[in-house]
Amino acid sequence: MSKKDLNIKFDELSSALGTFKGLQISIGKIIDEEWEEPMGPTPFPSVGTLRDWDRKLLERYKPYYMPICDLCCLCTFGKCDLTGDKKGACGLTQAAQQSRVVLISCCIGASTHCAHARHMLDHLLEEYGRDTELDVALNTNVEAPHIRLVCGYKPKTIGDLEEALDYVETQIVQLVASAHTGQEGDAIDFESKAFHAGMLDHVAMEVADISQISTVGMPKGSSEAGMTTMGFGAIDTSKTVIMCIGHNVLPSVDIIDYLMEHDLFEKVEIGGLCCTALDNSRYDNRAKIMGPISWQIRYVRSGIPDVVVIDEQCLRTDIVDEAAKIGAPVIATSEKSMMGLPDRTHDDADEIVADLVSGRQKGVLIIEPRKVGEVVVKTALAVSPKRTEYKNPSIKSLLEGLDRCRGCAECIAACPNNLPVMEAVKAAENGDLKQLERLQPLCVGCGRCESACPEHLPLLSYMYAASSESCKGECYNVRVGSGAITDVEIREVGKGIVFGEIPGIVALVGCANYPNGGSEVAMIAEEFLKRRFIVLATGCSAMDLASLVDEEGQNLYDRYPAVFDAGGLLNIGSCVSNAHITGATIKIANIFAKRPLRGNYEEIADYVYNRVGAVGISWGAMSQKASSIASGCWRLGIPVIVGPHGSKYRRNLLGAKDKDEDWVTIDARTGQDMYVGPTPEHLFYSAETVEEAIVMTAKLSMRPNDTTKGRAVKLSHYIDLSKKYYGGLPDDLELFVRREADLPFTMKAEMLEHLKAKGWVEDKIGMPDPTLVDRMVRRRE
Amino acid sequence: MSAKMKRGQTGMVGGPLQANIFPTVDVAANLIKKAKRPLFVVGSKATEQKTKDGDIIDSAIRAMKNKKLTVVATGHLVGEFRKRGVEDANSMPLIVLGKYLSDSEWKGFDGEGQYDTAVFVGYPYYMEWLVESGLKNFTKLRTISLDRTFQPNAQWSLGWMPEPDWIEALDKIVSSLEEEA
Repeated sequence: MSKKDLNIKFDELSSALGTFKGLQISIGKIIDEEWEEPMGPTPFPSVGTLRDWDRKLLERYKPYYMPICDLCCLCTFGKCDLTGDKKGACGLTQAAQQSRVVLISCCIGASTHCAHARHMLDHLLEEYGRDTELDVALNTNVEAPHIRLVCGYKPKTIGDLEEALDYVETQIVQLVASAHTGQEGDAIDFESKAFHAGMLDHVAMEVADISQISTVGMPKGSSEAGMTTMGFGAIDTSKTVIMCIGHNVLPSVDIIDYLMEHDLFEKVEIGGLCCTALDNSRYDNRAKIMGPISWQIRYVRSGIPDVVVIDEQCLRTDIVDEAAKIGAPVIATSEKSMMGLPDRTHDDADEIVADLVSGRQKGVLIIEPRKVGEVVVKTALAVSPKRTEYKNPSIKSLLEGLDRCRGCAECIAACPNNLPVMEAVKAAENGDLKQLERLQPLCVGCGRCESACPEHLPLLSYMYAASSESCKGECYNVRVGSGAITDVEIREVGKGIVFGEIPGIVALVGCANYPNGGSEVAMIAEEFLKRRFIVLATGCSAMDLASLVDEEGQNLYDRYPAVFDAGGLLNIGSCVSNAHITGATIKIANIFAKRPLRGNYEEIADYVYNRVGAVGISWGAMSQKASSIASGCWRLGIPVIVGPHGSKYRRNLLGAKDKDEDWVTIDARTGQDMYVGPTPEHLFYSAETVEEAIVMTAKLSMRPNDTTKGRAVKLSHYIDLSKKYYGGLPDDLELFVRREADLPFTMKAEMLEHLKAKGWVEDKIGMPDPTLVDRMVRRRE
Repeated sequence: MSAKMKRGQTGMVGGPLQANIFPTVDVAANLIKKAKRPLFVVGSKATEQKTKDGDIIDSAIRAMKNKKLTVVATGHLVGEFRKRGVEDANSMPLIVLGKYLSDSEWKGFDGEGQYDTAVFVGYPYYMEWLVESGLKNFTKLRTISLDRTFQPNAQWSLGWMPEPDWIEALDKIVSSLEEEA
């Protein structure tokens, strides 16, 4: 383990060289550890260290910019009009400005996870001590693949994680500084910096998740992950209900502990929204998952929660006002999200409870988790009996004001998906609630329609009223987040993934800004589970894929095994658990292929890019965190697909499959260049429809290293899905068939005829030992 | 702001350079007809919007009688053309099409070279808005939006109109293209 900042000072030192007075020696760090693996070339990379690797990727996947704003208003020279070939007052071009905003977005995302990790780690160090051993996953030696890879050291205790976090914080400051007026000016260098932010983000997420797994008792692998339930119907409303919203489990842990210590689980229900819900259930699966982040207003308007607890990230910033409408006090628990509430951290718990129960204060800020536990539970129990008027609002009261709709259609223009809200309200006015009910599962819960309504009609309440009965029946099994993939699992499937015989890993990640409701996530998951891909999920996606139920009432978690293997479905956990998905690809390179990990980013990324058929899908990507998570995937060479709203991230990273020169790879066996076809074709891609995303996912799972058998498996899915969703064969099949043996046996005759018409030539596409890194060549011919 | 400039989504305001609104539907039809290599780009909402032909796909199929016009379906929409017996509609993801339309060396679907006019219809509002923003900022391509609300980043937009008027307008444009065939 490395120790920082060794300082030795001698007032007077006599030696054979002479006598020295006032001698001071400072050493940045000393290495004190038993890790035998030699240090790789890039431990603790600075902003420019991996620039060459980034440029290799960005040369192949050129940014395609779609400015969502033509102006720059970041300094007082502005606003500057950058349209077309104009430049800003600082000289910046439109392309550079777009990539600058991408970088800023990734820095916000990485900072958010890093701040989360710092909060988590500081608390756990105080609670458990620096020397608490890291114990991340069953039968696992590679406990922290990102830290080993990026930082070049092997943490053993939670105290050892501090150094990684110090590094991430330092680097993020450098990145943010580069976005200042008159600093970086090149679009591709901005892009490289965004990649750096993404890489840092995955280190930060890893710190956050492995520290909590090692201490608070979360599952250490799929075999320890049981089931919990999700949905309105999962919540026992006859009990007092505590609703926790956000991403940081710490306050909730103390609420759950308080409930256990006082034997109150029979009287109190604890449920959560978004990642806090997932992590609560990892801590204790009696904690319920209420739903994804988009259900915040829906739950509040239902009147169910007696107390609302907020921690951090993706909160509705008007939650205090919303909760006040149903008489539910709000407890804020993070300095990042204080919401204007008075800080009562140092006050007596019973005095705080009294102020909340009496309504003297509609909410408070309490930073100390133990006090949160006590205040929240006591307040909830005291408030609950006083809230009967709010708890089960009548349909009539929820539908109040319907007749005031002016028919102006502002609600439709304000809706991200242009849902026909006005027509549904008009129908409801005439007694038909069906249209409102149909909107409910499609609504992303942003509330912009209400905000735009000149009559201030509670349109989300109308949707809830129309569907409240069906909502109450919603109760789905959700597998608890399993955390890191174990080394044993990696050993067992590594070969199948690298040779392509397991067709790929599909990771359904993140937020709930869907174009057509959450059921599309389930549709994607089911399509690939049936095809024996490994399907992993985190965050809101892990919840939404639970909602697809078959005729026997079983959902995907019921029907597919919780294993990291072909046809397996795993809920990995919350946002910070995303580090385990990328971590698994790194571990495949290390454990299966024996590639050295230590400070060896470029080689490992090169391996993952050329061999591991992983594809990330963030169908409802919304946040800056989603952009930095994706960015960490790009630097590792993992393609990411987002839904149509993801196009608002303003740029894609797209390959040009018709330019053969873009797809030349080095054969590490001979050092010769070789055309390998567009595999994978894109690095960041916004799909217009879910069907398009599904076909693209199958295509992006192909890699240059696929064996003949592996490519045949992957091609069979690509062809089959194209036929299913596009009504015909792929129009670019000839770019992926290297030799006749690549063709799926059952399709061979049909395919050969098609390829012949396309002028396909066998062996034009090579099968090298692929690498983009010159130093990986073993022998030059 | 004139009614014609009503956007499909309130927040998606345009920049300093915004679309011209066709003074008449005839001008729109003529501008497309005058193009040397027009590309008719049909999006995933095409099946949701009724036209006199049935829906936008049916109208596009009628427009395809004009052999100068190349039709491309984005998303997975080419499947709908195929279901309706049309095998020669091209298919390309919208974002990828945006990239290729920005590449002066692109040879087009027929190998004859880059297009000079791209006509968009049948899209989620924000996605068309973004792709046209990319084309506005980084190409000299003429872009035309035939959707029912104002698209500020196109070079030319039909502008907002009530649905019955839009159905008439689209029919007039498609008929004009068909007549030329």
